[in-house]
Amino acid sequence: MTAPSAARTALVTVASVVAALLICALIFVFAGQSPAAVYGTMLRGTLGDPTGLAEVGRRTIPLLLIGAGLALAFRAQFFNIGAEGQLLLGAVFAAGTALFLPVPGALLIPAVFVAGFVGGGLWALVAAALRRVNVNEILSTLMLNYIAVALVTYLIAGPWKGKDVRGYIYTDNFPQGAWLPTVSGTQVHWPTLLLGVALALGLQWLLTRSTFGYALRVVGENPGAAHYAGLSSARVATLVALLTGGLAGLAGAGEVAGIHHRLLEASQISLGYGFTAVIVAWLARGNPALCLITAPLMGVILAGGDLLKIDLNLPFRVVDIFSGVILLCLIASEVFVRHRVQWGRA
Amino acid sequence: MDSIVIEALVRALAVGTPLLLACLGAILNERAGVVNLGVEGLMAVGALAAFAVASKSPDANLWAAVGAAMLAGAALSLLHAFATVTLRANQFVSGLALALIGTGAAGLLGKKFEGLPLFNKVPDWTLGSFTISPFTVAALLLAGLLAFWLNATRGGLTLRSVGENPAAADVLGVNVGLTRVLAVLGGGALAGLAGAFLALSYRSSWADNMTNGLGWIAVALVIFVGWRPLRAIAGALFFGFLYYLQFRLQGNSNVPTEVFSAMPFILVLVVLALAGVRGQAGDAPAALGRAYVRGER
Repeated sequence: MTAPSAARTALVTVASVVAALLICALIFVFAGQSPAAVYGTMLRGTLGDPTGLAEVGRRTIPLLLIGAGLALAFRAQFFNIGAEGQLLLGAVFAAGTALFLPVPGALLIPAVFVAGFVGGGLWALVAAALRRVNVNEILSTLMLNYIAVALVTYLIAGPWKGKDVRGYIYTDNFPQGAWLPTVSGTQVHWPTLLLGVALALGLQWLLTRSTFGYALRVVGENPGAAHYAGLSSARVATLVALLTGGLAGLAGAGEVAGIHHRLLEASQISLGYGFTAVIVAWLARGNPALCLITAPLMGVILAGGDLLKIDLNLPFRVVDIFSGVILLCLIASEVFVRHRVQWGRA
Repeated sequence: MDSIVIEALVRALAVGTPLLLACLGAILNERAGVVNLGVEGLMAVGALAAFAVASKSPDANLWAAVGAAMLAGAALSLLHAFATVTLRANQFVSGLALALIGTGAAGLLGKKFEGLPLFNKVPDWTLGSFTISPFTVAALLLAGLLAFWLNATRGGLTLRSVGENPAAADVLGVNVGLTRVLAVLGGGALAGLAGAFLALSYRSSWADNMTNGLGWIAVALVIFVGWRPLRAIAGALFFGFLYYLQFRLQGNSNVPTEVFSAMPFILVLVVLALAGVRGQAGDAPAALGRAYVRGER
């Protein structure tokens, strides 16, 4: 069997996304909404004006970081579905650093990012360790998501609760030195964006050009061969978990240090970036660099979901429908990448 | 003292009921070799369908509401069957997509039902001094029935053979694809039924995210109970009891409430790890999670 051509893969990918958008349109009709109004609102409000574009950019940042990491993880057959929790742990570690560690001014922002990476990475390592005793990482990372939410709630309601808090719970504001600079007039924290672009390209290099990347691909594509070649799949899984979780943690650090400037409720830190990034990675077919294209695409859907909530009074969960249907169409179409359809008698 | 024991048992049974129903459904499709991680979404859709039918009018037919929930669960899982059995897509990722679609669609379509009253909830049965939901009784009966069917009937044997060794079953003339599709539909219907219990009996209302992770716990429970329906009763009771403790100890102790909300998930991890160390993962049907392609091994 020859490898599928890039053109064919691209064609099938685009076709499955189009099919997904048509199916979503059907669901909207069923819910009593005009698909034209839904898609019109989403496009006009995201790509149609500068504010909308900035909103897309803001959501692209975490999606790019997490998606690039997940692309790597999926190539190694490590199905990390817990980026949501890893992002939250990154936010927790970043907030702890910004609020409580006596780091000298110039080093504060780098320290916040490093802490974010460590927090996310450690959370993913729990799943990697559990995998060694045969616990499926899809289940463990999902459970860790719920635990991370409880941890954040505990911290902001308990020991880290801010001094001037009424109603909503959150911590004190970070010192100004820990605020990330933004593109003026927007919430696009560009240091995190640059980090995302650099890491997506770096991971692509790692995957295709380095010895570790080679081991990773062999472990992912042919575990049997990897075993005979003396490649430890457990070691690969551990490293991949650390990298992927670390990148999600960076995304979490970026969200709290770049936008909110404090630790707040989990549902306000992340709009389901961890799950949406699964699609970013899948659309990119496991190529971290291609996430530079697919992350903004899903950024449009997340930013569009916000507009649907405001303009058409739809629940934000609509985004889940988009994500789920696109994901389903993508994996269901895989068979058409590898096999040509023959009409009539086989 | 006795009353506390009984109260604990009754509450554990109540929370354990949706866990048991969904777990039985997952056992059904996993014994045929198909993992369905979409249980959370199937339950959400089932709950919405049941509530939508039951809240139509004061004398809406509750049987119809339960039927609608099972139908909704089966209909959504048909997507999973088509993607994984027919198109041989990755079962884990397809299930994840299903969970997203289910919770998303329930949130979108259910918005107009939020906060509405339910005219006729399923009445509890009173047995002496305590009450029990008909759903609980049904779930317990279904567990026994499924165990009997899987282990002692020809149909059950066929289903298990498809999960253990689809190639051999195929050679013997079993329609592997059809068996798997039917198992997935049955599993979806049971998850829908679990949702119906939440909407018609336990909560008697509809709210977004009312399944609140129960579906995921049910998926993990399958591994914990080693794919056995009768053990699922004990497993569901165990987790139901944990929820009872969470409810009982909240505010009555110095432990922060978040510890309790995280507890079921922490316990699932511990329990899965223990099952893994004991090698229970070896109880899994041999062909679990793998698409069957005739002529490939």
